[in-house]
Amino acid sequence: MSLGTFHFVPVLLWTDALIFMLLTVALATVWWIRRHAHLRAPWAAVARRPMAMGAALVLAVFVIIGLLDSLHYRERLDASPPDRPQYSVEVLSVFDALAGRLRTQQEKTYSAPLAMHLYAKEFTERDGATVRDYPRLEYGGAHLKQADEYVPDIVRRVLVGLLQGLASSLLLFGLLAAWQARHRQMRVGSWLSAWETGHLGWPGRTVVIVLALMLMLGAVIARLAAGYHVFGTDKVGQDVLYISLKSIRTGLVIGTLTTLVTLPLAIVLGIAAGYFRGWVDDVIQYVYTVLNSIPGVLLIAAAVLIVQVAIEAHPDLFDTSAARADVRLLALCIIMGVTSWTSLARLLRGESLKLRTLDYVEAARAFGVSHARIISRHIFPNVFHLVLIAIVLDFSGLVLAEAVLSYVGVGVDPAMYSWGNMINGARLELAREPVVWWQLGAAFAFMFTLVLAANLFADGVRDAFDPRLEERQ
Amino acid sequence: MFAYILRRLLYAIPILIGVNLLTFALFFVVNTPDDMARLQLGAKHVTPEAIERWKVEHGYDKPLLLNTRVTGSAQLTDTLFFKRSAAMFAFEFGKGDDGRDIGNEIRTRMGPSLAIALPVFVVGLLVNITFALLMVFFRATYLDVWGVVLCVVLMSISGLFYIIAGQYFIAKLWNLLPISGYTGGIHGLKFILLPVLVSVVAGIGSGSRWYRTIFLEEIGKDYVRTARAKGLSEIRVLFRHVLKNGMIPILTGAVVVLPLLFMGSLITESFFGIPGLGSYTIDAIQAQDFSVVRAMVFLGSFLYIVGLILTDISYSWVDPRVRLQ
Amino acid sequence: MSPLLRVDRLVTGIGAARVVDGVSFDVAAGETYALLGESGCGKSMTALSLMRLLPDGGRILSGHVQLGETDVLALPERDMRRVRGGQMAMVFQEPMLALNPVIKVGDQIGEALSLHQGLNGQAARDAARALLDSVGVPDAARRLDSYPFELSGGLRQRMMIAMALAGEPSLLIADEPTTALDVTIQAQVLDVLRNLRAKRRMGMLLITHDLGVVAENADRVGVMYAGELLEEGARDAFFAAPQHPYSRMLFEALPRTGDAGRLTTIAGQVPRLDTQLRGCRFAPRCPFAIARCHAESPGWQELDGQRVRCHLAGSLPAGSVRERVTHPVAAHTPQPLLQVEGLKVHFPIRRGLIQRTVGHVRAVDDVDLTIQAGRTLALVGESGCGKTTVGKALLRLIEPTAGTIMLGGKAVPAKNMPTLRRQAQMVFQDPFSSLNPRMRVADILLEGMDALGVGARGERRGAVARLLDQVGLPDDAGGRYPHAFSGGQRQRIAIARALAVSPRLVICDEPTSALDVSVQAQILNLLKDLQADLGLAYLFITHNLAVVEYLAHDVAVMYLGRIVEQGQAGAVLRTPRHPYTQALVSAVPRIEPPAGQTVIRLAGDQPSPLNPPVGCHFHPRCPHASAVCRQTYPERTDLGGGHWVRCHWVAAQG
Ligand SMILES: Nc1ncnc2c1ncn2[C@@H]1O[C@H](COP(=O)(O)OP(=O)(O)O)[C@@H](O)[C@H]1O
Ligand code: SF4
Ligand code: SF4
Ligand SMILES: [Mg+2]
Repeated sequence: MSLGTFHFVPVLLWTDALIFMLLTVALATVWWIRRHAHLRAPWAAVARRPMAMGAALVLAVFVIIGLLDSLHYRERLDASPPDRPQYSVEVLSVFDALAGRLRTQQEKTYSAPLAMHLYAKEFTERDGATVRDYPRLEYGGAHLKQADEYVPDIVRRVLVGLLQGLASSLLLFGLLAAWQARHRQMRVGSWLSAWETGHLGWPGRTVVIVLALMLMLGAVIARLAAGYHVFGTDKVGQDVLYISLKSIRTGLVIGTLTTLVTLPLAIVLGIAAGYFRGWVDDVIQYVYTVLNSIPGVLLIAAAVLIVQVAIEAHPDLFDTSAARADVRLLALCIIMGVTSWTSLARLLRGESLKLRTLDYVEAARAFGVSHARIISRHIFPNVFHLVLIAIVLDFSGLVLAEAVLSYVGVGVDPAMYSWGNMINGARLELAREPVVWWQLGAAFAFMFTLVLAANLFADGVRDAFDPRLEERQ
Repeated sequence: MFAYILRRLLYAIPILIGVNLLTFALFFVVNTPDDMARLQLGAKHVTPEAIERWKVEHGYDKPLLLNTRVTGSAQLTDTLFFKRSAAMFAFEFGKGDDGRDIGNEIRTRMGPSLAIALPVFVVGLLVNITFALLMVFFRATYLDVWGVVLCVVLMSISGLFYIIAGQYFIAKLWNLLPISGYTGGIHGLKFILLPVLVSVVAGIGSGSRWYRTIFLEEIGKDYVRTARAKGLSEIRVLFRHVLKNGMIPILTGAVVVLPLLFMGSLITESFFGIPGLGSYTIDAIQAQDFSVVRAMVFLGSFLYIVGLILTDISYSWVDPRVRLQ
Repeated sequence: MSPLLRVDRLVTGIGAARVVDGVSFDVAAGETYALLGESGCGKSMTALSLMRLLPDGGRILSGHVQLGETDVLALPERDMRRVRGGQMAMVFQEPMLALNPVIKVGDQIGEALSLHQGLNGQAARDAARALLDSVGVPDAARRLDSYPFELSGGLRQRMMIAMALAGEPSLLIADEPTTALDVTIQAQVLDVLRNLRAKRRMGMLLITHDLGVVAENADRVGVMYAGELLEEGARDAFFAAPQHPYSRMLFEALPRTGDAGRLTTIAGQVPRLDTQLRGCRFAPRCPFAIARCHAESPGWQELDGQRVRCHLAGSLPAGSVRERVTHPVAAHTPQPLLQVEGLKVHFPIRRGLIQRTVGHVRAVDDVDLTIQAGRTLALVGESGCGKTTVGKALLRLIEPTAGTIMLGGKAVPAKNMPTLRRQAQMVFQDPFSSLNPRMRVADILLEGMDALGVGARGERRGAVARLLDQVGLPDDAGGRYPHAFSGGQRQRIAIARALAVSPRLVICDEPTSALDVSVQAQILNLLKDLQADLGLAYLFITHNLAVVEYLAHDVAVMYLGRIVEQGQAGAVLRTPRHPYTQALVSAVPRIEPPAGQTVIRLAGDQPSPLNPPVGCHFHPRCPHASAVCRQTYPERTDLGGGHWVRCHWVAAQG
């Protein structure tokens, strides 16, 4: 078989497939929107808001990491014969390949951020005698011969990182200025002054500053990570920075795929209830009151427990542990979606009730236009902004919910990298002396950055799309 | 009014039946008692006999819907559905896996739950409304802009962080309050303060931002201009006219969760060791005690429906335009 | 004597737009000064600037406002509060929105009383009752405890006025106080305002777009356009000879009694105020404009006591440019196109435990109508009398409870809807809610053709171009979305949409009431042209009698779900016989008051169609009601020439 010559075999997990499907849909939507002036207008308004654009850049970084982490493969085992290749059971991603040593440089147990020594004392041989001391780390700071080289080395790395970041930002900025000036047919000088005074029509200053900050931060971290564990290591000695970055994908999957499940239910049922009224409305309202009345966590917990039982009952279905964890993640998304469509459905029902009485719907009815056409041409396009606002607003809530659910024990697979699992695992270590805080700190920091960026972006989207706000201004 | 409430109560029955059927389907049909037993026994001890024994011990050995082994009405009543699901309508929840009576547990644990949830609810409402009014009063100034940004920042922080940070700094580092625990009576106050404080702070961001939106929407309305045209001061306009209208959505949004306060909060109670219904639920989930989970589902739905009815009634109280018929 | 209010070169900006730009005028005590102009020209912003109640983002940029001894713009906010409500008070347009919905009206009035007169408790209550008496609220003591939603529109507006009076202001600003009300109620409210002004010697700033209201109420008039005052003068002089081209065109855009000629329209739109404006702001739309007008803004000129801002003031041709054309006498024999008999629409009201039907809103109750091919039947009446419901029931947008609908002599069964819908279409009131904002104009026009299968598929695109041309829209309009069009243009699109399936009857539900006078004229002209070209029949639903006179051949007057008088337009409007029609005709504010007609003012409001009064529905408000009116509903009395009424009093006259 020709595959035999490759060194890896691609693996398409369920969530990978869905993520790339979502990406395709998103890109197609962008293309569609670009071609329609009235659809483009509110997005242009979003693009003019500094806060939203800054947030979008941060989100983009998260999304890129998440996407890289969604291209999975399995490596060929070196020992296997080329004609009958065997592949490792470990599923890796392109991100892992890029992260390189971050993944493989594993210490024995906890170590503090940027530390040279392990967290716990151990008996070691020194000068022939056995002493109990903090042993040096295997990888973190291993290049240092003496302890007094430590501070200068850190400072040097930070400075170099800053400089590299600054240099690449300047380079990028120069390219941007040249391209923009050319594009707008103005001199670079006048573009610069327009940029400086904020008269570009888009928040140039914010974008450039956020970009520069991110580049510098990235460069510094990259420099430091080359020699140390920037956020320390966890109980089994794995790099916390690596775990945190790997958790991004989980957060994104939960935040987006859940909504993907929610949308069809909410849209179809919400619009149907509001448009048809009568018994259709009664039935749909009944269903969502029933679902709503069950406390959300309990419903999710019940469903997750059931899925867990099902997964455990059929171990033969999954060839790798990653596939199993992935199915559980997908199940979690589906369950959260099925339990959370009600609020959007209610909103859409109310809006459809209003829309159906509007004159343009009456006019369509006066022509005898069919229900399906009225819904697809008159109702749906006019509630779409609500759907969009719901998508962006729900995202951050879902990311936060993952942590809580994982704490309760009904979140993602315990073997999966996720901020919830990081928090759950590190919570008890707070009682230790000295405190092991870095794992928690990193998880919260990453989660906070993603959620804050999402919230700020959502604010921008809502302000641009909500017609009620428009009237008020 | 009376007829209205009666109708709503009648409407509640099919909903509770729906909840009941749904949970029955989830817990007994999709996930059979055999699965439960396997899960409980652990992989090592699974033998057909062990499963049967477990089922008999826990009362899961009856047929689901129809018992063909007996005759008469017992065909229907001597079944899992009747014994385990329908019985909940009489608030008979049976025993948990630990052998304790669930109804009893619920009764004793409601108090601690309420001791935390009620202060959180009241204080939270007051604090959030105050912040929202402040932002609205200074609307379109930097105070408002940064207020909103602060709200967004606050609501972007995980609830777990508030708890962990509160416990770490206030209890562990500064030793101001006990880290967790609970006793009844006045001495219990010191145990209540920290969870209440943490929960209120955790809710400020989203709460006050939401209320701000409500107030802002009101303040754009014509009657506010009329009130100003009368010569009323901005404070009077805000407190007498805007607050009164804005409180309608706020109050009715609050009333719906009022009965659910009995259920307590899962996370807060478990972190702070409060022996309430929240920690009871979370323990049950973690121990995979399905009878308790089912009981809590039923109780939660029941309280939610009570909340819905209370909401309608409170609507007609605060809004003269709404008349229940 | 110094005037009560003196406004001097007031400039107000909202964002980048100068919405009020150098406006100066005076109001004397006891005088009514009317500020006239189309929507969006800055009337309300002028009023709000005086009160210093501008919306967020609005600022007074310069100018001077002197009220009595007070320099209003120089006051600190704290003192300004005493002026608001105390020295000048304001009445707003939409009384339902302007009153706080959850506070009893008595308390809302009491608030002003305690603030400005220090009255509280029982004293305040008594004072409030006295105020309600003075604005003519019946049963005042009980009404104090009502919430706004429990009151009718007219009563709400009286409450607003009472509230404004609570501080005994010396100046009352009334911003379109009657625009949201029916003519009969409008007449009542304007009477109240006139009497109060006389009794209290208040100055009044009356803001309106209605020339009739100005003619009947104002002492002096100022015409506003695009943020500027264009013309100012005493009422009689102004109405005798308006000097500014804009004022003149406003007059000529109005449909007038006995005149069926084309109306003058004003091309184009009010300019955007956030751009740099040079020269005369009216120049782009002015038929007299000369080169100088575009370069240089005209200054004020005095002309026989009138002040005008126009370079050509005084040298414009005198008098009207429009010749009068009387209605052509119908030459053809009437051919009934659409006939309805016994049309009833009852909305059930459900109550109680099992939502039993406890009664019906009789929105339409036994209506017979005949619409002749190629002619216009107007359906008039106060809002809520069931006019719209008739129109929608004819198209079966609302399922009628009873009645037969015949098209060209044949009954239309319910299953034969496509036939009905190809023959009859509808144009709605609000041009903003009647077009889907997310559809292109071409798609909007195609929708009906596609649904009813009109014409061959390939020819429909061509049909769209033809339709656009027919209603006077540019060719490229088809590719654009509705938001790119103004209100008048949108109404043209709505008309084109109805015409797309080549109907023979178009039901027009108040198609011009959301539009300004000049735009209304365009639409009325268009409707008339289309009728002439295509032989359309119209069912024209409106409450505006002037429009009826201009457009309609026949009129049906509706009251509480029933038709009370019907006949040829001229006959019904000039010699109305039913007491209700008489009151309606009499309530319309006129520019030239018709000679020899006594003024009839209706008391009270239209009752609810839920339980209409027994006997003649109109008897509680009828000045001629007798015992029999309270018992039996009157039969038709034929007056000849197709004119009939339902009234015992007319029947008794023989
Ligand atoms: N869907 C409905 N349900 C109940 N009452 C209605 C409904 N539609 C209209 N009405 C009532 O019918 C009466 C006539 O209304 P409408 O046809 O809108 O009158 P108009 O066109 O003269 O304003 C009003 O009292 C109105 O409240
Ligand atoms: S100044 Fe010129 S453009 Fe303006 S109104 Fe007079 S004639 Fe018309
Ligand atoms: S029938 Fe009687 S109440 Fe009715 S309009 Fe005639 S006179 Fe008036
Ligand atoms: Mg109407």
